[in-house]
Amino acid sequence: MTGNVRRGTAPHTGSTAFINARIVDPTADVEYTGAILISDGKIADFGPNLFASGAPYGIESVDCRGLYLAPGIVDARVHTGEPGEEHKETLESAGIAAAVGGITSLVLLPDNEPPFDDASLIEFVARRARQVKLANMYAYGALTVGLEGQHLAEMGLLAEAGAVAFTDADHAVGNAQVMRRALYYAKAFDALIVHLPQEPSLSGGNMTSGVMATRLGLSGVPPLAEVMMVERDIRLAEMTGGRLHLTKISTAESVKAIAAAKARGLKITCDTAPPYFALNDLAVGDYRTFGKLVPPLRAEADREAVVEGLKTGVIDAIVSDHRPQDQDSKRVPFASAEPGGVGLETLLPISLELVHNEQLTLPRLFQRLSAAPARLFNLPGGKLAKGAPADLVLFDSDYAWRVDRDDLWSKTKNSPFDERPVQGLVMATIVGGRTIYRHDNFTPAAATA
Amino acid sequence: MLGIEGLSPETISGLLDLSESYIPQNQSIDKRRDLLTGRTVINLFFENSTRTRTSFEVAAKRLGADVINMDVATSSVKKGETLLDTAMTLNAMRPDAIVVRHSESGAVSLLSQKVNCTVINAGDGQHEHPTQALLDALTIRRRRGTLEGLLVAICGDILHSRVARSNIHLLQIMGARVRVVGPPTLMPTDIDKMGVEVHYNMRSGLKDVDIVMMLRLQTERMQGSFVPSISEYFRFFGLDKEKLKVAKPDALIMHPGPMNRGVEIDSEVADDFDRSVIHEQVEMGVAVRMACLDALIGGRRNSVVGAAA
Repeated sequence: MTGNVRRGTAPHTGSTAFINARIVDPTADVEYTGAILISDGKIADFGPNLFASGAPYGIESVDCRGLYLAPGIVDARVHTGEPGEEHKETLESAGIAAAVGGITSLVLLPDNEPPFDDASLIEFVARRARQVKLANMYAYGALTVGLEGQHLAEMGLLAEAGAVAFTDADHAVGNAQVMRRALYYAKAFDALIVHLPQEPSLSGGNMTSGVMATRLGLSGVPPLAEVMMVERDIRLAEMTGGRLHLTKISTAESVKAIAAAKARGLKITCDTAPPYFALNDLAVGDYRTFGKLVPPLRAEADREAVVEGLKTGVIDAIVSDHRPQDQDSKRVPFASAEPGGVGLETLLPISLELVHNEQLTLPRLFQRLSAAPARLFNLPGGKLAKGAPADLVLFDSDYAWRVDRDDLWSKTKNSPFDERPVQGLVMATIVGGRTIYRHDNFTPAAATA
Repeated sequence: MLGIEGLSPETISGLLDLSESYIPQNQSIDKRRDLLTGRTVINLFFENSTRTRTSFEVAAKRLGADVINMDVATSSVKKGETLLDTAMTLNAMRPDAIVVRHSESGAVSLLSQKVNCTVINAGDGQHEHPTQALLDALTIRRRRGTLEGLLVAICGDILHSRVARSNIHLLQIMGARVRVVGPPTLMPTDIDKMGVEVHYNMRSGLKDVDIVMMLRLQTERMQGSFVPSISEYFRFFGLDKEKLKVAKPDALIMHPGPMNRGVEIDSEVADDFDRSVIHEQVEMGVAVRMACLDALIGGRRNSVVGAAA
C-alpha cells in the first residue's frame, strides 16, 4: 500500500472542517452525508446540515468527496514485541500499522517480556506512546502475577498507573478459585476483567478437533474447551457481580451460552476477531502456520454462528487480535509454530465483508469496532459527540485490493488473510485532529476558501 | 512423495507392479543393479528408526545409488539449526533424493518446499507413512491377488499412527473396506468421516475380516493416560488366537513393526507361520522403496508410475 504516515505532528489547533463525507454515527445508528467540524483536537460540531451550503469560509476544510467518515477504530486486543521482542514489532511499528488500518486507539496486551504485572510497565507504555505519537495507546494490566493464573496481580496499583482492564492475555485462568477472587477483588476498583475462555487441560492441541486435524495428524482442541470455560465464567460473574468480558469467541455453543446469560440480565460482554468470522479450519490446510491461532480456527458452522452473534449483538465488539510472529516462529513444522496473526491492517477490510455481505450496516459495524470497545474499556474515543476527541477514520468502502504480506507495514508478515481479495481501504486516519495517515489516493483539497 | 492421500489407483497399481519386478532381484544372489549409479540419496532421519532407514538404505544401494545416512543425534540439528536451514544446507550438496523421517506432522512437506530434489516421506508425525502403506498393499496383493473388496481391520493405537492414516487412504483408493478397532481414547476425532467403520471391541471389529493389521501402542507419544494399563490393553485389544477366531479362517496377520509382544500381539499369533506375514512385509518394504526411488529419480518419469511424484 502506498501512503504517508506522519509521526510526531504537533497537536491540532484551530478548526478544520471535513465536508462532503458519508458520516457513520454508530451511537445514533445512522449514516448520512454531512460534515464534521473539529476544533483544537475535539469534535466541535457534526451533522447533515452543517456546511450544507458549501465549504465554510475562513477555516481549513477537507473535501471528503463522498468517502465514509466514522469514529476511529478502538482495537482492544493488540500484542507488540515491545518490550522484549522488538524484532517482531515495536510500539512504533504497531502504531504505524494501526494508523494505516484506521485504528485510533489500541489496548496493548500484557504478555510481553516482562509481563505487565508491575505498574512501571504500564507507565513505560504510556511514555513510549507519547513519544511515538500515533494512535492513542492504552495497556492492560496482568490479571495474575507472571500471567501464571495463581496469584492476583496488583490490580489497584496497576489501575492507578493507567491499566484500563485486566487479563492474562492468551492464558486462560484454569483455577476457578483464582478467577472467582479476581472477579470479586476487581469490584473494589470497578475494573473490567477480560478472559480468554479455554479450558487449559483440553487446549493443548494445535488446531480445532475434527476430520481435518485427523487427516493432517495434528492434535486437536475440541470446541468444547471454549464453551465449558464460558459457562464457568458466567457462573462466577453471576455469583461475584464482577465485570467480565470474554474475548475471541469462536464457537457456536459459546455464542449460545452468552446469549442465554445476557437474556438473563447478566452484564457479560464479549468480542471476537476477524479470523473467527471470516475463516474456518480449511485455512490451515497443507499446514499453513499463518492459520495457527489461539483459539484455533473452527468449523464452518462455528464461523456462521459467530457472524450471527455479531448480527444480533450477542457479540459486542471486534478486536484485531494482532500478534506478530517472525519467520523463525512460523517457518517451522505446524506443531512447533507459534500461534497468532497480524491483524491491524486487515481489521477494517475484513470486517467490511460483513457489510458487503449485508450482515451488518455500517453504523452497526462501527458499534462493534469503535463505540462498544470504547464504552467497555471506558476510553474517550469511539463516538461522534461534541467535545469528544477528534479520532476519525476516512475510508473508501468499495476499494478493491488484495492482501499481500509483503505490503504490510507491520514488522512481521504473518497474516492469516495473506492473498485474500478484500474491499475497503483506509484513506486517512485522524487522531486528536491530527491526520496521522493519508493514503496517496486521497489528496485533500485543503483549499481555504 | 509426501503421502498416499490424493494418489490415483493407477499410480498405486503402477508402483506396486514396479515393486513386484524387483522381488526376484532381491531374492537372487546378485542383488545389485546400476540404475541409480551416480545418484545421491540422503536418509535424513530426525526420529530414531532402524528398520525404515535400513530398508531405504538397502533399496538405494541395490539400485547402485550413493547413500548418506544423516545421523541427527550428532548433527547440527542438535546444535539448534532449524529444519529449513538443514534442508537448504543439504540441498546445496545437490542430492537427487532426500528421504525424511520427522516426529512432527507436516515437517516433510515443509522441507520439500525448500529443496529442489525429490523428497520421500519416511513418516511425519501422526500424518503419513506412504511407503509403509505401499508395502502393506504389495504384501496383501501377492497373497490375495487384489485389494478390491477385501475387508481390512486396522487395530490398536489409531490416534498416534501415521501408518493407519496412510493405509486408510490407500486401501480405500484401491477399493478395500476398512475398519478401525481400538479403545475410544486411541481413536482420532471424526475418524468415521474418513470413510471407515469404527469398532471399540475386537470381537465385532475382527468379524469376517480378510486382513488384520495390528499397530504398535505408541506409548512414547502419549502424554497422560490413554489406557489404564498394558495388561488391560492386552486383555481387550491385544491380538491372540481367541480374538482371531471371528476373523476369516485364512485372515492374514500384519504388523508394521517393531512389535511389542504381549502388548498388542501375542507371540503365538505373531509367529503363526500360516497366517502371519510380518516378515514378508519387511521383505516387500525393500522392493517398494526401490520402486519409489526408481520411479522418482530413475530417469523414467514418463513411465506408468510417472505421476507418483
